[in-house]
Parts: sequence; C-alpha cells; structure tokens
Amino acid sequence: MKYVDEYRDPTKADKLIKEITRLADTLAEQRGRPVNVMEVCGGHTHSIFRYGIENMLPQSVELIHGPGCPVCVLPIGRVDDCVAIAEDEKAIMTTFGDAMRVPGSKRSLLQAKSLGADVRMVYSPLDALKIARANPDKEIVFFGLGFETTMPSTALTVLKAEAAGIRNFSLFCNHITIIPTIKAVLDSEDFQVDGFLGPGHVSMVIGTRPYDFIAEHYRRPVVISGFEPLDILQSLWMVLKQLDAGHPYIENQYSRVVPEDGNHAALQAISRVFELRPFFEWRGLGSIDHSGVQLNARYAAYDAERKFAVPAVAIADPKACQCGEVLKGIIKPWQCKVYGKACTPQTPMGALMVSSEGACAAYYQYGGGPHQASHDDLVGENAA
Amino acid sequence: MCLGIPGKIVAISDAVQLLGIVDVGGIQRSVDLSCVAQDFASLDSLIGHWVLVHVGFAMSVIDEAEAQATLAVLTELGQVQEELIAMQEGQS
Ligand code: SF4
Repeated sequence: MKYVDEYRDPTKADKLIKEITRLADTLAEQRGRPVNVMEVCGGHTHSIFRYGIENMLPQSVELIHGPGCPVCVLPIGRVDDCVAIAEDEKAIMTTFGDAMRVPGSKRSLLQAKSLGADVRMVYSPLDALKIARANPDKEIVFFGLGFETTMPSTALTVLKAEAAGIRNFSLFCNHITIIPTIKAVLDSEDFQVDGFLGPGHVSMVIGTRPYDFIAEHYRRPVVISGFEPLDILQSLWMVLKQLDAGHPYIENQYSRVVPEDGNHAALQAISRVFELRPFFEWRGLGSIDHSGVQLNARYAAYDAERKFAVPAVAIADPKACQCGEVLKGIIKPWQCKVYGKACTPQTPMGALMVSSEGACAAYYQYGGGPHQASHDDLVGENAA
Repeated sequence: MCLGIPGKIVAISDAVQLLGIVDVGGIQRSVDLSCVAQDFASLDSLIGHWVLVHVGFAMSVIDEAEAQATLAVLTELGQVQEELIAMQEGQS
C-alpha cells in the first residue's frame, strides 16, 4: 500500500539503529543511566511491540510507554456508568471493540451484553446514527472515547444527528485531551523522561504548536512521529540528536500527515459541540484538571448523562493494580505484582491489559517480559 | 482505535453529506470527507488523493511531497542508495 511499504524497509532500519546506538551510548554515559524516551500515544506502543522495535534497540535507550491509550485510562466508575446505561431497557449501546472489555467494578460492557444488554460494536460513530435511524423506538447511545484524534468524528456525528433531526441518539462522552495529560505526567514525581515521541494522529488535529511549552518550559524535545517502524526509529533518532545538541524543540517527522496548524474543520467541530470539564478522573493517574470534555449546553439534548440516570460514583482502582506506575514509566509492566497472574488479557484487572495499545497487553501478547530480565533489571534498578 | 489507515479517494458518493468512497487496501467503504474538503476547490478534485482514514472519517490528506521528503532523509542515511539505483536500472 502506498506510504506504508516504504516505511518498513529493513536496510534503512539497520542504518538508523546504528545511528541511534552511537548517539544513545554517548548520552547514556553522560547520564549514568539509559536515555528514557516516552511514546505518549498508544498507537506507537502498539507499533513498537508489533514490530519488535524494543528488541532492536541498544540498552542505552529505553522506551517508556506513556498514558496515551484512551481505553486504558478509563476509570472504573465511568465503565460502571456506561454499563448502567447499556442495561436500561430502552438503550442500545454502541462503541468500538476495545472499549467493550474494560473491566468495571461489577462487569464490563461485554459481560453486560452476555447477560442480555443490547451492546453493539461499531467501526465508526456514524454507524451508531444508522442504528438510530433503524430503531426509532430505542435510544441509541454512542460510548465515545479517545483523545483529539477521535473527538472530531464524534463531534461531527452529533452535528449530523442534529442536522438530520435524529432525536434518539446520544453520546456518553469520555473524550480526553492530550496537553493536560502530558503536563500531569511531566509534573509527576519520579519522572525521568528525557524526550518524547509526540502523538501523530492527535497532532494531525491539533497541530504542532500546543506542544511548544514542553520544549520551552520543560526543556524536553518532542518529535511528532508516524506509526510505521521506520517512522518510529527515525523519530527516536531525531529526539537523540536534539538531546545531543542540547537544544530541545518541537519537530515534525510525520509531516506527510500532520500540518503545523492542525485541521481547521476538525477543530471547529470540536469547539462547536464540546466544552472542557473542570476535571476528569483517570485510571491509574487520578484526577487531572481540564483533561476531559463534555457536550456544551447547546448540545445537552445529545448528552447520555442527562438522558439516563447514571450512578456517577468514583471507584478506586484495585489495590494490587499498578497501572499508574506503569503509565508513568516508573515500573515495567511485568514488574506489576499481578502481571500474567491475576491480570492477563483474558482476565484483565487493570485497563492496560485490555487493549493492544496498552503496555501490559502489548508486552504479554508480543512476548516481552521476564525473559528479558537482564535488560529490564538494569532499568528497573535505575527507575526505582 | 488510534491507528488510522491510508486509503485513496475513488469517488464522491454524496456531495451534500460530504461522503466519498475510499479504497483501503482493496476494500471500498464510505468515508466522511468533512475534515479534508476544506482545502479543495471542489469535492471532485479530492478524487485520486490519499487520505488517512480514522473511524470512518478522512482526517488528513497525505502530503505527497512531505512523504517523499521524509523518505529522502531516510535515503540520505546511505546504504540504500545502491539498491535504489539497481531498482531504477531494473525498471528501464
Ligand atoms: S499487570 Fe494489570 S494491574 Fe498490573 S499494571 Fe498491568 S494492567 Fe495494571
């Protein structure tokens, strides 16, 4: 396929890895620890595991898998609210596949479905509108989640529902915003990340400027990266070059998709229907100010939280669950006490085990973990 | 969910609703073009362009020149040069 195969050329990867090794070795020696680079986006986490990129890298560079998987950071209380809506007799709940398996305090959407709730997997929010048209006597709810990447599609769907006069459609909105999230991670204690691979598809919506503060204030380089193996390697190399030069700035490796100013139509749709929530609860990270959005007053009629009674109870993460530490890069997934034991992709305890964009599931699925102990031990000690 | 997929716009199916048909690896599906129509004088001029498709919405027109530029940087890293020459020779 065009613009895919070219970015999977193994000979180019070899050359990049040599360059990465040369730079990372020097930088790691200066620091007395490996260089830590965080990929913020779950899509990158997925690619990194799928193509075995970690195994190609020298020990002098360490990838930290950040909080950018929207399914993974959804808190238990929100899942419970969603299940409560789905179990309402007049409701048909629609959502993306991954979201169906996130554990709630009692059950996931998938379990609710097996108990008789009408829960349907859709590819696009527009499919939910089709279901609404076909079922006029039902209330169709779209369980919307994701960062700015998926926010425009949800916003446009609400606008289309309004334009078509569809009244039996509403949104259970769990969209989150990237900038407050990165800021919260940067401000957290024990944070030892030297640079970032910036999220490619969030950036195609918001552009490159919103990241300026990371270079200016936090003095960390950010390279907005594509998702093919060579994109990721090239971006990593660019981060290391910036670190070596000691001059952090925002660079755009993914310029074939990411315009500097973002996408005007997408941003406009977002600002028409959404407003910031004062705060939003995250699994593993706690509450982060202004990190979520909700429908504004003008579109309140499409808000499932107003149409349905939801429990809206905040529920703490299970005690044994260490998702928060994994999300901040403090521990590696397999260092979590329940990893691979009480928590597996079949029986996820924490949300990082649910989606292939979550670090724990990715490790589990693609065979990372304790057998790489010599390498990871080194890092574990450093991170502790 | 956050991984988009590149596809080629092959037709406009509903100009009012801004819907088009996009070929993604041989599979054709209806895709919303609201986010990419802005930069084009007419919807029809979108046909033939590659876009990044995300949950049923075309979110970005893939910039051919930028794609080439990124590949050029990778190429400059060397090694592949010979291979490219061999490829070109093979084609002529
Ligand atoms: S193993 Fe399970 S509980 Fe532990 S951090 Fe990973 S997802 Fe969370």
